[in-house]
Amino acid sequence: MSAGTVPYESLGRPIRGPRALNDDPARFWHLTFNIAVNQWKLRFFGSALGYLWQLVRPLLLFTVLYVFFTKIANVNGAHPGDHSYDNYGAQLLGSIVLFTFFSEATMGSVRCVLDNEALVRKIQFPRMVIPLSIVLLSMFNLALNLVVVFVFALLAGVRPMLTWLELPLIVAVLAVLVAGLSMLLSSLFIYFRDIQPIWEVINQILFYSSPVIIAVPAVVKAFGPKTALSPRALDVPWLAHVYMSNPLAVILQQFRHAMINHATPSPAAVLGSDVMLLIPIGIVIGVFVFGFYVFNRTAPYVAENL
Amino acid sequence: MPAIPRDTKGLPAIVAREVSKTFRVPQERKHTLKERVLHPRSRTRHQVFHALNDISFAVAEGEFFGIAGRNGSGKSTLLKCIAGIYGVEGEIWRRGRVSTFIELGVGFNADLAARDNVILNGIMLGLSPREARKRYDSVIEFAELKEFEDLKLKNYSSGMYVRLAFSVAIQVDADLLLIDEILAVGDASFQQKCFDVFNRMRDSGKTIVFVTHDMGALNRFCHRALLLERGSQVYIGDPQEVGDRYLELNFGRDPEAAGTAEGRGDGEARVLEAWVEDDQGQRQPAVPQGRRMTLRARVSFMVEVEDPQASVYVHNEEHKAVLVASTVLEHEHSGRFRSGEQAVFSFSFDNVLAPGRYNPVFNLAHRGSGLDVIDRFEGAFSFVVTAQQALGGIVDVPVEVVVERGESVPGGDLPPSLELPV
Repeated sequence: MSAGTVPYESLGRPIRGPRALNDDPARFWHLTFNIAVNQWKLRFFGSALGYLWQLVRPLLLFTVLYVFFTKIANVNGAHPGDHSYDNYGAQLLGSIVLFTFFSEATMGSVRCVLDNEALVRKIQFPRMVIPLSIVLLSMFNLALNLVVVFVFALLAGVRPMLTWLELPLIVAVLAVLVAGLSMLLSSLFIYFRDIQPIWEVINQILFYSSPVIIAVPAVVKAFGPKTALSPRALDVPWLAHVYMSNPLAVILQQFRHAMINHATPSPAAVLGSDVMLLIPIGIVIGVFVFGFYVFNRTAPYVAENL
Repeated sequence: MPAIPRDTKGLPAIVAREVSKTFRVPQERKHTLKERVLHPRSRTRHQVFHALNDISFAVAEGEFFGIAGRNGSGKSTLLKCIAGIYGVEGEIWRRGRVSTFIELGVGFNADLAARDNVILNGIMLGLSPREARKRYDSVIEFAELKEFEDLKLKNYSSGMYVRLAFSVAIQVDADLLLIDEILAVGDASFQQKCFDVFNRMRDSGKTIVFVTHDMGALNRFCHRALLLERGSQVYIGDPQEVGDRYLELNFGRDPEAAGTAEGRGDGEARVLEAWVEDDQGQRQPAVPQGRRMTLRARVSFMVEVEDPQASVYVHNEEHKAVLVASTVLEHEHSGRFRSGEQAVFSFSFDNVLAPGRYNPVFNLAHRGSGLDVIDRFEGAFSFVVTAQQALGGIVDVPVEVVVERGESVPGGDLPPSLELPV
């Protein structure tokens, strides 16, 4: 049979090259899930302490920060009558765990396509599985770490609240943000190898410019009008809005507000209205869509450009 | 050649229409954002490399289709295009579930045990997790690795590793298999097993595309084959023909194929050139085994020479003379050659030489011992004997092979201790 006699019209659609996604969501999910599970096994089943190892890092960071800020800098004791600092330890631990998820997943994604070069060059599978399996792997860790956070919070005297039901939503928004960034970073890394150190620095900046150590009321006070109590305030209240437009700040602060302590202001309260929340939410959606777009565009050429 | 099984109602399994693939290779690669920012206007120059040009073919359902070509001819690239790993210009249609074996064990993780790897690899190749788990036992059994299933892959020998990978790949029952050179691995018994599997797959009507430069395998399995050279389609059809053309391509542009070097001797005559002809009388750098072939040398006489004797020594790659022929036996009185006369000495024989490269030496001497050399034509040309398979002997003559069993075997009166198992 020669190609000349084949009625091309009857053949349907020609195949397309490698793509970010495939037509079979079940297969996509199985792949992502199984890769993440295997990576997880690799990380924890080989070592004696297993899971504890990955808990050590956030816990050490927490211990250092907690001792420094509550015992030495005395952040929670400096505001008598202000209940937003109650359970500062649990707030701090919760933020550290969420931020650890953010940085672990995004930093891990930067090199992921290159690290899986053999797969990309030799097997046809939806490329987006690679960054998303890294995000999923980090989510397994996050789930376990959150258990520790809640145990800690209960021991510290936090009572279960109805707002705990917001947890899945908070984690979901964070996961969307992280997924968008990991798609973006992993495809940019193919072309720009200095994305890795750049992203490490940005990660550091985000750590300090989000409510991890610093409590939001302190930020609001610092940007707010000068008063007798806060003579060094900047007197530019809208900077607090800028600060709260960072989606990471919103997510961490909402966690502190809804999970640990209602006295610390919700992001909506800092921004002035619920409508203003559309800005950080818009950024999350924008990052995701942009990351998806970039990854989708680069996916067909990944195997050639590595 | 096996007949092409055609599914009369079905469409072809693969159709490629004017498929081209070009790679843009940047001459100096900018890999950092810093460089882009510092030199925003300097453009990276690209070298365009045409890996495939205008390839069109169709593979029928149930056909075993070979892709042959030399290194760098684009055969693996073509397979990757069919597999969907590279995007292409032109169009490729494909039907049915595809399994690609570009390389065995891609995606295996050395730190995980066989079980995890088998299941993950199965999913990678298109199985659902349930199917992958269900087939795990048969995979391990086929790979003969039952006792090592809990071992991490890093502790496997390379043979075990390959066996496991191959077993996974064949358990994925796809309709369309794309196979790249995987027979190059494994020991002889495992290769035999692979061959058996391929035969079984072919018999069960699967469509298989097979990239190789092993012409023996090509002949044994493929219904049809495609020959690529420098990214272009040279020939498509009978694998035997593809095999012959492939060998031609491989040895064809060999500068050694025709030589004119000068030798030593008293110089009363010169061997001007020497060459090989096939049974059609065509000069060839490569001749197929089993046909008649001729070695010829053109000699020019400087002075009058009486009854010179010409001999040819055909050396194999191990520098052993496997064939010697001379005018001594039949033309002892070869005649009187005048000054300025030219003559051609020919040696024809049925080519029973084992496949390989041969270096003939022509020796022209005065009548007598053959040591009084006039001219010697040596190391200036070689030829290649091609064959579909080599069993390892120096010559391949037709051998009648008979297996007889039972009591009345000839030689059955041997003492019992010498009796061989039949």
